[in-house]
Amino acid sequence: MAFVNGLVCRECGREYPAEPLNVCDFCFGPLEVVYDYATISEVISRDRISKGPISIWRYEDLLPSNGDDPVDIMAGYTPLIKARGLGKRLGLNNLYIKNDSVNPSFSFKDRVVSVAATKAVEFGFETLACASTGNLACSVAAHAARAEVNAVVFIPSDLERGKIIGAAIYNPTLVSVKGTYDEVNRLCSEIADNYPWAFVNINMRPYYAEGSKTLGYEVAEQLGWRLPDHVVIPSASGAMFTKIWKGFNEFACLGLLEGVEPMSFGADQNTAHHPAVTTRMHMTQAAGCSPIATAWNSGQTQIQPVRPDSIAKSLAIGNPADGIYALRVINNSNGSAYAVPEEDIVDGIKLLAETEGIFTETAGGVVMSGLKNLADSGAIKPDELTVVYITGNGLKTQEAVEGVVDPLMVKPTMTSFEEELSLRERR
Amino acid sequence: MGKQRVKFTFIGDLVKEPVIYKLGRDFKIVTNIRRADVQEDMGWVVLELEGEDDEIRRGLQWVGTTGVRIDPVSGDVIDG
Ligand SMILES: Cc1ncc(COP(=O)(O)O)c(C=O)c1O
Ligand SMILES: [Zn+2]
Repeated sequence: MAFVNGLVCRECGREYPAEPLNVCDFCFGPLEVVYDYATISEVISRDRISKGPISIWRYEDLLPSNGDDPVDIMAGYTPLIKARGLGKRLGLNNLYIKNDSVNPSFSFKDRVVSVAATKAVEFGFETLACASTGNLACSVAAHAARAEVNAVVFIPSDLERGKIIGAAIYNPTLVSVKGTYDEVNRLCSEIADNYPWAFVNINMRPYYAEGSKTLGYEVAEQLGWRLPDHVVIPSASGAMFTKIWKGFNEFACLGLLEGVEPMSFGADQNTAHHPAVTTRMHMTQAAGCSPIATAWNSGQTQIQPVRPDSIAKSLAIGNPADGIYALRVINNSNGSAYAVPEEDIVDGIKLLAETEGIFTETAGGVVMSGLKNLADSGAIKPDELTVVYITGNGLKTQEAVEGVVDPLMVKPTMTSFEEELSLRERR
Repeated sequence: MGKQRVKFTFIGDLVKEPVIYKLGRDFKIVTNIRRADVQEDMGWVVLELEGEDDEIRRGLQWVGTTGVRIDPVSGDVIDG
């Protein structure tokens, strides 16, 4: 049994039934899931969660579908690793990495898609679709395979090979669009009006987006039912950023955190803020596509859309749908936003690989460089508990780091090897 | 007759241009504003356009030439 009352418009508060809808008919604002928290608070407990499956479905009580028969390729419950080497390098003694690059299709998107696919099957859809900057296409195709439904995934044609192959291998209908992501998005919204398909990020969006809350729940659970002092997150639309914050506040309001008294959610579930949630939310974007960070740093309450030009293609959304909500979260959490210079992205990828043995994609390079900036500037103090979210896998964006390949070229003889080795050592 | 939901974003001096007025005047399109936030040097308007599909297409093409950014509303898509 899912504890969902329906959907509500984020802007005007009008209510809708829990159907495949994403936009308010009246004001065209985005719709969000409304939960029956009173009942949830009666059933949920740390013990119940701990005994659940080793996937996002351990949090089924707080997801818009019950976990009885989910479309599940085991998204979530990824490692939270104490980062000793990286911490030493940055002067942070209490640093953790949430390594979401090891999800089944190698990005955090499996969390949102598992929820969206489950709802799509529940609603009776036979085709799962999406507009994607890459990672989502991989995840939608994989979950459609698992659910035995059709997949149609739309991507901009200039994507990295790793993402194209990473989606194509599941045999979806792959549509490569000659244009930017924002143009792919425009096309898909037209298609969504005309085809009876479940577009995970269009008509399934209210359900889909909820999946990202599990990134908040897991970190809290893995830290022993506590919240970090700081989190550092890569953003494109800003949806995941706002949902991690929502996840922290749900746990607090439901009394699941150590030493925290439960509290009512108040009139607007989506903006509930428990005073015990003092985590500072730090957003990172790539300078070549940083509409949210730019708005924050210039004190704007609106987002000025941009035309993306960044090597962090997974973050290249010029018109972020959740941008203004993300600005409010930064504000409410006393957080920050930083636009990482493009030339620092690859350095960020290398820093994580060389200190922690984790190979992340360009989005991870962005978040790493953002973390370094926060540490260097003193915004994060050495002993503060900090979690950095690594959301995608480096094997998907190999083009960005091809320069690292510089082997010793040797003949199969001892002399040749020793010659080349000493040349290298003198370099 | 068809309907289309769109978001116009105005940047800088465009905020002062009567783009929506002209869209209704010069094309056979009914414009129906649902939500807006207009500030001194930036603004957006979410609206519904009603008219023949071809007319809406021509109207939007013209809006595009003014420098106003057009995004779909149901495509307030969030992914990556
Ligand atoms: C690896 C990765 N990290 C982060 C994001 C940003 O997520 P959001 O659009 O929810 O801000 C995306 C996708 O957009 C992504 O693919
Ligand atoms: Zn509304």
